[in-house]
Amino acid sequence: MSEPVSNFQKATEKGDFVITAEIGPPKGTNIRPVIDEAEEYLKNGKVSAVNVTDIQTAVMRSSSMVGCKLLIDSGIEPVLQMVTRDRNRLALMSDLLSAYILGVRNVLALTGDHITMGDHPGAKAVYDLDSVGLLQAIGRLEDGTDMGVDFKGRPNKLDGKPEFFKGCCVTPCADCPEPQVIKLAKKVEAGAQFCQTQAVYDASAFENFISMVGDIDIPILAGIVVLKSAGMAKYMNGNVPGVQVPDSIVKTLSDAPKEDRQKKTVEITAKLIRDLKPLCSGVHLMTLGWDHLVPDIIEEAGL
Amino acid sequence: MIVADRKPLDEIVNMLKPYENVLVLGCGACVSVCLSGGEKQARELAMQLNLRASNEGPGFHADFDCITRQCDREFTENLEKDPANFDAVLSIACGVGVGFMSELYPETPVLPGLNTTFYGANTAPGTWEEYCHGCGDCVLAWTGGICPIARCSKSLINGTCGGTHDGKCEVRDDLDCAWYMIYERLKQLGRLDEYRKMREPRDWGENRSGGPRRLTHEEVMELEEEVSNV
Ligand code: SF4
Repeated sequence: MSEPVSNFQKATEKGDFVITAEIGPPKGTNIRPVIDEAEEYLKNGKVSAVNVTDIQTAVMRSSSMVGCKLLIDSGIEPVLQMVTRDRNRLALMSDLLSAYILGVRNVLALTGDHITMGDHPGAKAVYDLDSVGLLQAIGRLEDGTDMGVDFKGRPNKLDGKPEFFKGCCVTPCADCPEPQVIKLAKKVEAGAQFCQTQAVYDASAFENFISMVGDIDIPILAGIVVLKSAGMAKYMNGNVPGVQVPDSIVKTLSDAPKEDRQKKTVEITAKLIRDLKPLCSGVHLMTLGWDHLVPDIIEEAGL
Repeated sequence: MIVADRKPLDEIVNMLKPYENVLVLGCGACVSVCLSGGEKQARELAMQLNLRASNEGPGFHADFDCITRQCDREFTENLEKDPANFDAVLSIACGVGVGFMSELYPETPVLPGLNTTFYGANTAPGTWEEYCHGCGDCVLAWTGGICPIARCSKSLINGTCGGTHDGKCEVRDDLDCAWYMIYERLKQLGRLDEYRKMREPRDWGENRSGGPRRLTHEEVMELEEEVSNV
């Protein structure tokens, strides 16, 4: 096996139970608070890497790349999220080279939520590549070529090639898991080395998914979107495909007095982590701005 | 077939403002089947425009005509009214008809009365749905006859995205997820192996990325030449 290219990869190869977190660049230029929070709460030796979302839910905002660069400057290892919705293969490959130049070593390849779900529904959707195609593109760059050919039909050569720890996503608790599992296998065939899943709230549904995954042998980090309120949980149940928050969790949140909410959020998340721990290689915590809870969650989960 | 939808009347009226004597020209092909641009619709639209004009002041008059197809030179012989005698033609063919008529009558403005929308099938009374994208590189052999380019909202080629739910697409609840349909159909055919196969990134050059497309049948060109030489 070749040398790990990042600390995140190193941690997964060591067999540690890995924790990753996530930040979203702001809509605007005021990115400092996001980075400062990450520095305060996510830089604690337990979080291996921090994802930076790429125009998440098709809502226009500053870029994943700039978030990654600022995290690196703050001594935090980033995961560059990349969706294929907004850029064609030229722009994607160009950004991959640029990200590598800036020191980014982890990439998460995604298709991305559809433009109609965001705040610029009149924009033109690109989808030149799908997430499998993006992984293939990364593979080509790592081989020292791009996806094009010269006039003799030979692949174009790169002057200096990148190397990434490449990830993908899957929806483990989809109502029909088989097509998801098949696609995950294709992503692995296309080069994915780790997987961070869509949100999981039900350990038994996740167990079912893991049993279907069979011989797909990459570290799988169960995704957890930190639930801030009962309203948010209900919203997710109604609007986020493949996400089912059990009634018991909704009830715990709605019964909690306002001043105890964050404490409950920590307890719920920590319990989920403990339940999921035997089934996966780590967890990916999506806090939606509540980074300050991460240290408590980690402690409460006993990690 | 090509599916098209009538433009809002206000937009048409606005478009026709500079002209007094207008020919509404129907097309007997696809757009008449989807009840947007045939003879009946041409007659009705001319009537609507005349009614509107009579409310707004004199001077405007719309007449109508219809030919079998506006995308073929030979059918213009069947025109009962000469477009050249009008200030403008309002074509209610698809965009192809509008463009082709514009070429045939360079002195006369030919304006679009429809928005051309997609290649579709008549799936229920009064309903047409998109089935083909005209991408230039057909994949239906390995997708159970269901087109992921046209019918998946993201034109994915390697399988479903995470947004699929209860067989529906993340874009709209009344939209079937194409990849869920493909999965079900391939399973039914005992061909899930096709779903498992890796699909290489597409060459969109066959689509629109290679510029406007052209089809030539050499043998037809040669035949025409022989006939004209006789
Ligand atoms: S939900 Fe289905 S049809 Fe909609 S974008 Fe995803 S794969 Fe395509």
